Amino acid sequence: MTVPGKLISRLDPAAIDRLAARLAAGVAVISATNGKTTTSAIAAEILRPRFRLAHNHSGANLVSGIASTLLAADGAELGLLEVDEGALPEVLRRVRPRAVCLGNLFRDQLDRYGELELVAERWRQAVAELPAGTTLVLNGDEPQVGSLGAGIVYGLDDPSVARPALQHAADSKYCIRCGSPYLYAAAYVGHLGDYRCPSCGHARPALDVAARSIELHGLESVAFDLVTPAGTQRVELGLPGLYNVYNALGAAALAQALGASLDEIAAGLARFSAAFGRFERIPVRGKQLLLLLIKNPAGANEVVRTLVDGGPPAVAVLALNDAIADGRDVSWIWDVDFEPLLERLETVVVSGARAAELALRCKYAGFDESRIVVEPSLGHAVDRGLALTPAGAELVVLPTYTAMLALQRLVAGRGLAKPYWERAA
Amino acid sequence: MAGAGAGMSVIRVGHLYPEYLNIYADRGNIAVFARRAAWRGHELEVRAISLDDPIVPGAHDLYYIGGGQDREQLLVAANLAAKAEPLVEAVIGGGAALLAVCGGYQLLGRGYRGFHGEHMPGVGLLPLETVAGTRRMIGDVLLDCELEPGERRTLAGFENHAGRTKLDPNAVPLGRVVAGFGNDGESGYEGCRIGRAVGTYLHGPLLPRNPWLADWLLAQALAHRSGGEPPELAALPDELETRAHEVSTARAHARGGRS
Repeated sequence: MTVPGKLISRLDPAAIDRLAARLAAGVAVISATNGKTTTSAIAAEILRPRFRLAHNHSGANLVSGIASTLLAADGAELGLLEVDEGALPEVLRRVRPRAVCLGNLFRDQLDRYGELELVAERWRQAVAELPAGTTLVLNGDEPQVGSLGAGIVYGLDDPSVARPALQHAADSKYCIRCGSPYLYAAAYVGHLGDYRCPSCGHARPALDVAARSIELHGLESVAFDLVTPAGTQRVELGLPGLYNVYNALGAAALAQALGASLDEIAAGLARFSAAFGRFERIPVRGKQLLLLLIKNPAGANEVVRTLVDGGPPAVAVLALNDAIADGRDVSWIWDVDFEPLLERLETVVVSGARAAELALRCKYAGFDESRIVVEPSLGHAVDRGLALTPAGAELVVLPTYTAMLALQRLVAGRGLAKPYWERAA
Repeated sequence: MAGAGAGMSVIRVGHLYPEYLNIYADRGNIAVFARRAAWRGHELEVRAISLDDPIVPGAHDLYYIGGGQDREQLLVAANLAAKAEPLVEAVIGGGAALLAVCGGYQLLGRGYRGFHGEHMPGVGLLPLETVAGTRRMIGDVLLDCELEPGERRTLAGFENHAGRTKLDPNAVPLGRVVAGFGNDGESGYEGCRIGRAVGTYLHGPLLPRNPWLADWLLAQALAHRSGGEPPELAALPDELETRAHEVSTARAHARGGRS
């Protein structure tokens, strides 16, 4: 799919600039470590009635994938582009976006990007060089993002759903200006929250778009008051977890910046169903597979938290691959707080190319070795998991990126589900 | 109960700056120390030594210092350098064991010049110096080690560092690089050791898939505790550890960094 994109971006790097320039309503860009696919899928659902979109919905978010999307987008009015956080500076320079939504920076694939701080620095530079007319939509709860510039700031405003303390994996917990530890009035997801530096005063900016009175409905959904300059509306989202409240807020704030009304936003959120693979239920032989992507400590912690809050299963399959798209360095699994889930599991099936490493993660968490099933083959692991799952129940599978793609192919190959590209986007 | 029976000890671990230097799953290394000590009837007592805490020679049997980004390293470097004297006395003079990984390894040398030219003073415990290069050395890595004469073992891990570490002429490396970059991508050596102290770039984390090194360090820590020789620790069924080691070894052979 990205072969033409690769070709064109190699033969004529400036082609993307021209392809972007022909979009009458301009280009909107979304980037973040976690949630960019979901955020852009929600934004697409909100904006679709208003614009014909050029949207890289399959998650092809590098320069070549964006070139492909733009190339194939005959007749589109608005480019809605999910962009890899490493590719963001080049894409911003080329497409000269009308609006940019920046969500978060978490420790992820350090083997590919180098240090988090380097990515943050490149973002700061890229944002500083944006055209004057570009609207910034920023997650104010993220210290690295909230102070990138003047723009529309979104965030959570409901300390009742905050975590009691910063998680082990919290990344940017020291003031980006002076280095002192931030104080958090509320820490929501990783280092995202209502922070303030006691030394220099650097603090979360005032929120323009906020979520209040948040209700988390286990593995099913969330509901919250969407507070915007145009008014407040109670909204429901068919996705679980606090991290998806951030995704919905980012999408809502971006859509509003692009002219969508509050009613259009609420209607779009109501229509939205899970973006491919990020959260999926697949029926298999009278049972159900629940696939929850894990890829870095912050994201995996939220998946664990959501699972535990929603009534944890007795069996789970964890699948760890170490291809480039997963991160070749698997050390991040040791920074995930798997313990609350492991404490409630009867059996854990570990799978993927680095199944043995996952087995060690569970063993050294104190999980009884006799209840760890090591099955590197994904197909066999799912079979083992299903056999241990009672009829009518759900098998939870937590795969890394390439393991998730392999699982989807596998399930599709057995005629059990359609691959994502054949489903309605 | 711990410490009650014959041969049971409390191993006192001083974890340096855990809230700053923790980027590469350093708590995995601590978990391995704790479990493997417990399985032999010893208790691990881990205390954080942070910005406001002094280092008191003799108070800890094993020190651990992990990795951080340049930014976090910068935040602790001066603080650690100011505690150089008691730390050197505790480890070199007093014979406490020490494991330093990645950023912590760099800070235990004489100094580190970061990517932006910022200078961070070091402890001077390990005979080496580090300067950040332009290209990061990232990938799977495999070492051939001989910590005890005649006992050759391998260490499999992952490295990700901009720093080029140069050992002094008489310094003893942790191991010879079989696959990967190592200290500087050209010397063919990785890490450094002196007495009961080990410094290395290998994370992954290092100890779960290389339990023999965890046991070696625990034995050194127990020797510090007792004032005697390092004890022979009971063997453990390390099947999962062996499998993980094999996969990591194969990765290093197949795709370890090349200079």
